[in-house]
Amino acid sequence: MASNAPLLSLVIFLPLVGVFFILLTRGEEAQVAINCRWQALLISTAVFLVSLLIWYNFDPTTADFQMVERYDWIPGSSIAYHVGVDGISMWFVLLSTLLTPICILASWEAVQSRVKEYMIAFLVLETLMVGMFCALDILVFYVFFEGVLIPMFLIIGVWGGQRRVYAAFKFFLYTLGGSVLMMIAILAMYWEAGTTDIPTLLVFKFAPALQTWLWLAFFASFAVKVPMWPVHTWLPDAHVEAPTAGSVILAGVLLKMGGYGFLRFSIPMFPEASDYFAPLVFALSVVAVIYTSLVALVQQDMKKLIAYSSVAHMGFVTIGMFTLTTQGVEGSIFQMLSHGVVSGALFLCVGVVYDRLHTREISAYGGLANNMPRYALVFMVFTLASVGLPGTSGFVGELLILTGAFKVNTWLAALAATGLILGAAYMLYLYRRVVFGVLDKDSVKAMLDLSPREIALFAPLIVLVFWMGIYPSTFIDMMSVSVDNLITNYKVALGEAGTAMAAR
Amino acid sequence: MYSAIVFLPLVGALIAGFGGRVIGDRGAQIVTCGAMIVSSVLALVAFWEVAIGGRTFTVDVLTWIASGSFEANWALRWDTLTAVMVLVVTVVSTMVHVYSVGYMSHDASIPRFMAYLSIFTFAMLMLVTADNLVQLFFGWEGVGVASYLLIGFWFHKPSANAAAIKAFVVNRVGDFGFALGIFGCFMLFDTVSLDVIFAAAPEKAGTTLNFLGMQGDALTIIAILLFIGAMGKSAQLGLHTWLPDAMEGPTPVSALIHAATMVTAGVFLVARMSPLFEYAPIALQVVTIVGAATAFFAATVGMCQNDIKRVIAYSTCSQLGYMFFALGVSAYPAAIFHLMTHAFFKALLFLSAGSVIHALSDEQDMRNMGGIWKKIPFTYAMMWIGSLALAGVPLFAGFYSKDMILESAYGSHTGVGQFAFWMGIAAALMTAFYSWRLIIMTFHGTPRMSDEVLHHVHESPKVMLIPLAFLAAGAVLSGWAGYEWFVGEGMAEFWRESIKILPDNNSIAAAHHVPFWVKAAPLVVGVIGIGLAYLMYMFRPHLPGLLAARFRPIYLFLLNKWYFDELYDWLFVKRSWQVGVAFWQGGDRAIIDGFGPDGVSAVARNLAARAGRLQTGYVYHYAFSMLIGVVALVSWYLAFGG
Repeated sequence: MASNAPLLSLVIFLPLVGVFFILLTRGEEAQVAINCRWQALLISTAVFLVSLLIWYNFDPTTADFQMVERYDWIPGSSIAYHVGVDGISMWFVLLSTLLTPICILASWEAVQSRVKEYMIAFLVLETLMVGMFCALDILVFYVFFEGVLIPMFLIIGVWGGQRRVYAAFKFFLYTLGGSVLMMIAILAMYWEAGTTDIPTLLVFKFAPALQTWLWLAFFASFAVKVPMWPVHTWLPDAHVEAPTAGSVILAGVLLKMGGYGFLRFSIPMFPEASDYFAPLVFALSVVAVIYTSLVALVQQDMKKLIAYSSVAHMGFVTIGMFTLTTQGVEGSIFQMLSHGVVSGALFLCVGVVYDRLHTREISAYGGLANNMPRYALVFMVFTLASVGLPGTSGFVGELLILTGAFKVNTWLAALAATGLILGAAYMLYLYRRVVFGVLDKDSVKAMLDLSPREIALFAPLIVLVFWMGIYPSTFIDMMSVSVDNLITNYKVALGEAGTAMAAR
Repeated sequence: MYSAIVFLPLVGALIAGFGGRVIGDRGAQIVTCGAMIVSSVLALVAFWEVAIGGRTFTVDVLTWIASGSFEANWALRWDTLTAVMVLVVTVVSTMVHVYSVGYMSHDASIPRFMAYLSIFTFAMLMLVTADNLVQLFFGWEGVGVASYLLIGFWFHKPSANAAAIKAFVVNRVGDFGFALGIFGCFMLFDTVSLDVIFAAAPEKAGTTLNFLGMQGDALTIIAILLFIGAMGKSAQLGLHTWLPDAMEGPTPVSALIHAATMVTAGVFLVARMSPLFEYAPIALQVVTIVGAATAFFAATVGMCQNDIKRVIAYSTCSQLGYMFFALGVSAYPAAIFHLMTHAFFKALLFLSAGSVIHALSDEQDMRNMGGIWKKIPFTYAMMWIGSLALAGVPLFAGFYSKDMILESAYGSHTGVGQFAFWMGIAAALMTAFYSWRLIIMTFHGTPRMSDEVLHHVHESPKVMLIPLAFLAAGAVLSGWAGYEWFVGEGMAEFWRESIKILPDNNSIAAAHHVPFWVKAAPLVVGVIGIGLAYLMYMFRPHLPGLLAARFRPIYLFLLNKWYFDELYDWLFVKRSWQVGVAFWQGGDRAIIDGFGPDGVSAVARNLAARAGRLQTGYVYHYAFSMLIGVVALVSWYLAFGG
């Protein structure tokens, strides 16, 4: 395909074409359900294949935005539909397009009611996620960023577990506060800079005092999404109540929106405020790593345990990016990608046994290695990846992040590294209780090993975990120029601020 | 060829692990053992070319992590130290593979076991051939996982599962230090490549580093952090608690991983990093003290254990202590020498113990053994050879290496060296004692097992005995054969650049000139130890019980392993649990949710309810409230409006 084709728009809006077809499906309910599943799977797979062209056409030697498209939206203002990718956002686009078909396949049998609406929700969600990562206009970004919440809210609230309404509202309440503040900040930036164009804003110098307020407003929104301690308590509830695929996309992509936001807005646009607030971010992140790891240790519910482990792993991410070292930032992006794959896969692992026994209680299981050896192997691979075993994707990110952290502050690195010990403890303890032990419960004995469909779910993720662990250069090489650019600009901005301060 | 040595075990593991159902148990055994045999023959050739022939080179395999100046590649570094380690690992691993064919013949998942053994060997080989710290860490964690999988191999046993997790987590505590050491190296040298670090180490001596608020000598801090990693892997005092529990794994695993190879990775690490440790004298003193203390501690505990494998496990722990204090006094070659001889005779002891356990229908408690030496004479002879080598009786391998360590400690003429020497002598006495205690309790006296078990006692099959014979040959010959190269005249030429010893620290040279009594002391205490064991367990069997009753507190203290497990359980496990629950229930639920979303929604609901209560529907209520409003407005106007 020629490189001047509107690739990004194609990837963003192709899922909506699928929605259109699904809407046209008529007939008997069972037949409609089957048709909708196939349509959703085919269209999302097609989206994934097209998104691979983005990677193919991507030029890793420049930090500029690529495959840019721009159409005026609101005449008389700078507001425009403006999209493009750089080495950072490209990977998140691919992560979203990869996980969507997997999610649809994971819901094949688990979702039996309102299948049509479910598939529509997922495809709309895909459009919004990809659009959010590609957006180069801050207002377009905001629309997509907040829009993502709507299908997610519905997926939890309609197809969720028993306390789904409580969880959905908690999720909504937390995000609401941040959203309002972010909107105000965006308006303030528009008044100050006179534009909503992200590339222009990236080079605009905001006054230091204003930066502080803008940084805090954005932080309120992104910190909830990441989620950082202490605004993380929506996550365990949302995960527990969400259907399996909802958890996968929540952990896999939605949590990354916060991290991506820091990298796209907070750090490059408000460098001085970022520098000022970095210790705050470090403190909250270290608390997140230790606190949530300890909480994960005592959980009785599989999904809650993995949800808490997500908070801990995202704590590493926020540490890495605010070190503003090459290793730290690249590590945190890599860790986000790795976490997207690994925690997504772990939720799928929970989904596999939940579909069979309909409980998330850890104590209801035990001895699965006897009757589900394939499952035991798959679960082991992702457990070890989550623990950060070298050779799997989890290691590379953590290693680079901690390397960066050590340069900034040894306390930071040492405290964060305790997460390595605690992480091993809670994951292996979970694995032991579910998979090892004697097979003595009748209900568990009746469980069957992975079906071909489930193997198809896990196969691409296993390949990725090892690929990212053994040859991470594929991924890091693509992002390194963009990351270097980010860090250089940050250092330059800080340097200028320093000299301005000295001149005064 | 050099890549094949490392990757053949991996290929074998993958074929056996994933194709186990297709090729069957026998096929899995043939594939993994075959791969190991080829690998060990090639390792012998490599030893010849690299160590004897004097070649040093690096085989590049693949780029791994490259982020800014942080570059770590998959590469195989070959020098003498690597060649020695590769030879030891492949040979012992081959023997254990073959032995397992017999030992595990009744097990339900043979392909899985063989695959795990091979994957372990692969990780261990990656560890010893690493050319940068990150690949070393890969092998380091890789052997940790293999060890976790193998300890928990019988996953239906809760004790095995618990031991597996304990091993992994305690090792992670060590790895925590190791990882910080790597970061420190990167910060100081801006690289993780070993060659560059070694070249730059002399000029970095004396630079300082701020670590956790303390300003200290950079190389010392890094060396101590790396040593913490070594302590975890090599079960040194403080981080040793996982090793005895690891005996829950099948016996071939104990022989390969928890005696011959993995636990010596810490020794290898310090020897590999000798160009760094040499410039960190304080770190070396720490190594010496910890090593000497471990040698002593583990020997005391070993004297009172009743489980045959646990006795040998504490013996391993103690011998590792010897290796560490040898490292600490800069006698790196002596430490590696002992590592090699120990690999042979300790694997021999473990596999012989396995043969005993096999003969006695899986009995491990020595109190239920005895009087079987005539029924399993070959195993009995092997146990003797292993014990003679362990006790350091002349002509056996341990004599050469252990004496060299003790003489080096004495010859170093430092305070910590003297401490290590005396600790080592005391441990040598106890070593001889518990070794013969084990032999006598296991093979002599009256049989104490049930008649049915006694009736079944039989010598193991040939496939188990032949590896024993090979290892026995190593236990007898390796000391004598390796002496000249490892620690004798040819030492400098043999090790070349792979180990660095500053001229002032050359304790091995000094060891050749120590007084005669120093050379004789280990042998004398060894003989005393053997005699004591005979006296107490053969000729006066009531004595041990009497002593245990007389010195009950001391006995209990030793029997319970100095109460380390109880202390750690109380201090770390219980506390983590409590804190976790407190954070979850108190932090998340009560405070954050209470004041956050739940609190907000509760307040909103409360206000709504109150507002709702005002709307009663009676006209006079509304009329009354309007009147109040009017009065209030008028008062306001009169008071402030004028």
